[in-house]
Amino acid sequence: MAEHSKRFPVQHIIGFVLSIVLTVLAAWAALGSDLPVKWIIAGIMTLAVIQVGIQLFMFMHMTERESGGGHVPWNMMFHGFVLAAIIVAGSLFTMSFGFTHDHDDGGNHQQEEQQEEHSGH
Amino acid sequence: MKLDEFFVTGEPLVYGGMVSIVLVTSAVIFLLTYFKRWGWLWREWLTTVDHKKIGIMYILSALAMLFRGGMDAMMMRIQLAFPNMNFLNAQHYDEIFTTHGTIMIIFMAMPFLIGLMNIIVPLQIGARDFAFPFVNALSFWSFFFGAMLFNISFVIGGSPDAGWTSYTPLSGAAMSPGPGQNFYLMGLQLSGIGTLATGINLMVTILKMRAPGMKLFKMPIFTWSTLVTCFIIIFAFPILTVALALLTIDRIFGAQFFTVTGEGMPMMWANLFWMWGHPEVYIVILPAFGIFSEVIATFARKRLFGYHAMVWSMILIAGLSFLVWVHHFFTMGAGAFVNSVFSVSTMLIAVPTGVKIFNWLATLYKSKIEFTTPMMWSLAFIPSFVLGGVTGVMLGMAAADYQFHNSYFLIAHFHYVLIAGTVFACFAGLEYWYPKMFGHKLNERFGKLAFWFFVIGFHVTFFPQYFVGLDGMPRRVFYIIPEWMPLNVISTVGAFGMGIGFAIFVFNIYYSYRNSEREKTGDSWDGRTLEWATPTPVPFYNFATVPHADKYDAFLAMKKKGETTFDEEKLKPIHMPSNTGQPIIMMAIAAFASFALIFEWITLAVIGLVGVLIMMGIRSFDYDEGYHVEVDEIKRIEREARGL
Repeated sequence: MAEHSKRFPVQHIIGFVLSIVLTVLAAWAALGSDLPVKWIIAGIMTLAVIQVGIQLFMFMHMTERESGGGHVPWNMMFHGFVLAAIIVAGSLFTMSFGFTHDHDDGGNHQQEEQQEEHSGH
Repeated sequence: MKLDEFFVTGEPLVYGGMVSIVLVTSAVIFLLTYFKRWGWLWREWLTTVDHKKIGIMYILSALAMLFRGGMDAMMMRIQLAFPNMNFLNAQHYDEIFTTHGTIMIIFMAMPFLIGLMNIIVPLQIGARDFAFPFVNALSFWSFFFGAMLFNISFVIGGSPDAGWTSYTPLSGAAMSPGPGQNFYLMGLQLSGIGTLATGINLMVTILKMRAPGMKLFKMPIFTWSTLVTCFIIIFAFPILTVALALLTIDRIFGAQFFTVTGEGMPMMWANLFWMWGHPEVYIVILPAFGIFSEVIATFARKRLFGYHAMVWSMILIAGLSFLVWVHHFFTMGAGAFVNSVFSVSTMLIAVPTGVKIFNWLATLYKSKIEFTTPMMWSLAFIPSFVLGGVTGVMLGMAAADYQFHNSYFLIAHFHYVLIAGTVFACFAGLEYWYPKMFGHKLNERFGKLAFWFFVIGFHVTFFPQYFVGLDGMPRRVFYIIPEWMPLNVISTVGAFGMGIGFAIFVFNIYYSYRNSEREKTGDSWDGRTLEWATPTPVPFYNFATVPHADKYDAFLAMKKKGETTFDEEKLKPIHMPSNTGQPIIMMAIAAFASFALIFEWITLAVIGLVGVLIMMGIRSFDYDEGYHVEVDEIKRIEREARGL
């Protein structure tokens, strides 16, 4: 027990440093670089995928064996993905479905239109 | 910043509050010094990692918050019964309904239930503590400091006044300048850390630390309700965390997530808030269902009817709770199709809930009911909660909701579910498990008196509100027209009845401490589940020997076989965690940082955050492995406790 907790956590340190480096890289791409916007978005997306991989394999016990009652991390991750889908799809559904789309520059004018529509009655 | 900007000035009621805060604090400090109890307080309570003591601290704080929230409610009721008396002005009224709602949900209902879970769940599953005792202490202190931070707002800086839902753009920097809303944001954020950590902690405890033989579907129903609740906490609270963080960034650093100007989307706040907020109401109702199930099974002297159906309906409720949030803002105008979808999903929730109601009735059917106080609360719960549930289905019909929305009909509905569900359960659970916590029962006579005052007061308060709501009285108004007066006066009378009930309840705690017979066995009510297998008071290691629990109602089976949790031959040294002062210090520093951020003193906030990081570093290099309780000592403690 004592021996286990005093071992130097090499993998965690590597993961920690890598995740910080990736974050700084993404911040630099968005704030400091002169790359075209499309490249920046594609770049950040790629970095994000790598980041997720690092988190999952180095911190989130992805590689752990199954223990009594199923693989809990996988189970929780599955539900996490379901919930993320609900949040994103649900927000799009409730916040934009049925609103008129006269302008093509984002969703934020819709509320004002709705407002005007109501006050017009 | 001048002193009169820092403190709230000009309100006689607030001055009264200041004086009482100073008096109570000085009295506590004096008593602790006079009786030389500082060391005891630090060693036994402030640094403890024992789940039972942390649970007791949760419940004490929750009772204090119930008092604070109740006082807010009383003031609102006085204002509405005598609107011409100018008891509260519009601003003060706004602040009071905001703090009432926030405190009752976040700082009363949840901590009360989490306190009961803290004490009971490890005992019910045959564990010796939480999976992460340190984190448990950390959770408590984050809740405690969050609650204090929120509560102090009415004397320092000014209370939030945008409702407990804190809808943008009203709660944004443009329309609510000053520290008020920041108190709401940081208080909830700080205590939210604790709630999330407890959710994870309890889930791991239940999944990994059950007694040998206890399969998931052999667990007591309260533990099941806790497991399902933890699941909801883990998936719902991050949404609140993110929403609060976005609004904080909006208010303090000038971003435009929820503002009207600068391409913000104010309605997104309502959307995110209720994505957390609806699961939240199940976080406070599912454990209540668990408590009622335990109490009803115990005092009906019958196995809980339809155990599997009970569990599956809870799981179903948990799943559906993430799919109904739009019913809180049908009138936002998302369109008929969106509203219809959420209307249907809302009504679906009534199905598993109905299953549970019928299971409780079936448990009671043809049983020999013992009318103890916890059982009375549970019996009162069933019809009262049905009233709240049925009006909930009415509110769930989108078209009709356009009439009910923001009226007192809604107020009556959610008080019917939250008081008849959660508050009754808190009282029932506290009285039911009280002997396990404190070694004596609460007096039945005073308990029943408190019960009748509270329950009758509750119905007198909230039943008229359905009708005054249908008469068109909107919520959150401090002044009313004469047509609404009679019903409002009745409501106020009822509110005082509830207040008297609560006062009797608190008096009963004192009275029973002085006069109640001490428990001689651990099994106060002829219980069915493992928590009653321990002696009373529960030794700090809970179980000298962990029983093999392969039957539902494990303790009932043990009693039949004549087994106890003290088998001298199987005794082994017990590994226990050491007490530590780190959680309270870390969270005190976090509270300091939050306080600085509330007043937008960025330098101080950064210093505080660095302090928190340093504490985390210290914790990371803390190699304390706890200690072992030797067999001889276990024998001594157990023999004494069991009178062998």
